[in-house]
Amino acid sequence: MKWRRDVAPPLVLVAVLVLGWFFVARWSGLGSFVLPSPGGVLRAAWETRGLLLEAIGTTMLATVIGLALALAAGVGLAAVVDFWPLARRALYPLLVVSQTIQILAIAPILVIWFGFGLAPTVSIVVLFCFFPLTISTADGLASSDPESIALLRAMGARRTQVWRMVRVPSALPSFFTGLRMAVTYSVVAATIGEWVGGSPGLGLYLLRSKNSLATDQVFAAMFVTSLLSVALFLLVRGIERVVLPWYHSSQRQEQWEGQGIY
Amino acid sequence: MTPRIELRHVSKTFVGSGRMVPALDDVSLKVMPGEFVTVIGASGSGKSTLFNLCVGLLDPDQGSILIDGEEPKSRLGKLGYMPQHDLLLPWRNVLDNVILPRDVQGVARSESRAEALEMFERFGLAGFERDYPSALSGGMRQRAALLRTWLTGCDTLLLDEPFGALDALTRKELQDWLLSVWQEFGRTVVFITHDVDEAVYLADRVIVLGSRPGRVVRELAVELPRPRRQGMVADPVFGSCVRELLGDLGVDT
Repeated sequence: MKWRRDVAPPLVLVAVLVLGWFFVARWSGLGSFVLPSPGGVLRAAWETRGLLLEAIGTTMLATVIGLALALAAGVGLAAVVDFWPLARRALYPLLVVSQTIQILAIAPILVIWFGFGLAPTVSIVVLFCFFPLTISTADGLASSDPESIALLRAMGARRTQVWRMVRVPSALPSFFTGLRMAVTYSVVAATIGEWVGGSPGLGLYLLRSKNSLATDQVFAAMFVTSLLSVALFLLVRGIERVVLPWYHSSQRQEQWEGQGIY
Repeated sequence: MTPRIELRHVSKTFVGSGRMVPALDDVSLKVMPGEFVTVIGASGSGKSTLFNLCVGLLDPDQGSILIDGEEPKSRLGKLGYMPQHDLLLPWRNVLDNVILPRDVQGVARSESRAEALEMFERFGLAGFERDYPSALSGGMRQRAALLRTWLTGCDTLLLDEPFGALDALTRKELQDWLLSVWQEFGRTVVFITHDVDEAVYLADRVIVLGSRPGRVVRELAVELPRPRRQGMVADPVFGSCVRELLGDLGVDT
């Protein structure tokens, strides 16, 4: 049964950790503004639920817009880099350098350029997410088998057919790996943008809670952020399983596990 | 009769890291309709280059290549080509893999699938239509790759060491099966191998390529009756053919 094998172990571990946290918070004598108890965090989330829900909405809006733009930029750049070797040589180092820029340094600049609101948050999501998407898509496209391409050409296939029938399908597994990484970063990236830019999402909720020493609310925001990230991750994985049945066919996993290679 | 394929004085040289590597030198040969021709040669004799030239993936430096008596502008898509590796696409199930050439030709899926399904039984693939290639054994993968080549609809099939990676028993089984399919449908086959026994067993005519650069050193007609039986390896005609070919290939007999 899949549930017992894949879902139960992390759930049990989480339960143990929460229990441990509960005891430490209760008996260590730390004040609740240093380490709130699990119940305290839940209560804080419930009491501020109006604010929190609104914040989730705002953050998710920025996240989704940012992800969509990053997807377009990442896939577009990957295609350019793939079509045009000179572009690859010219762009690759810049892409890597773009990831070394301090986000905390660039965030205020984005606020100066775009003002307070959705735009700087969205830009930060794009900055975080386009890189894994570009690299993974470009690598995926580069990984297609030259022999298969030769075979299609021998069948008389046009360039566009070679793309559709070989290059794109063979790039998809790698693309999805990048997409999973990107969506996992995306929510956190949005909260950073809001923290700096002040649009009323989870980042701002976090900032205000910190400023008023409401540690329980900081914890609540942290967990909500994580849950949203995990939800996005699972959503992408679900899509991946539908789009790439051959890549995730159960026969593959069973082959590995059945042979005891693990 | 017009030859299906005719090579006239074809030469091809590769330039790699500042060196000229001649692959084929003044190769002339004909393949007649309905013939089963095997091409044999040591590694480095340009066998695969020969095929790449024929199907149009490469162009000759000198000489000309005629298909059905004409020199087409592009040879791509005119011959059924089966490369050494099966190259089945992992994301397509067996059925959709074998109709790949039909997809390229723009035939509707429903039509090409129906056409392919009729052949599954004959190609020993019945029951595997919806499996992904990763679930298939080596022999089954070669059958699928061969059906894919078949479905190009081209009369002339170029098979590049199709059974090279198979174990001896599976190989014999597939040889007999290939011969029966060939006799039933009467297509023209050019078959590359580095196995002398296989070359003789299958062929009407064996073409021997010499090494570095590759050129035709001999054409040998195999005077064994059809249909062939594996027992014929004990026939004196078989033995003398093998002996002559080994001599041509420079093996001490």
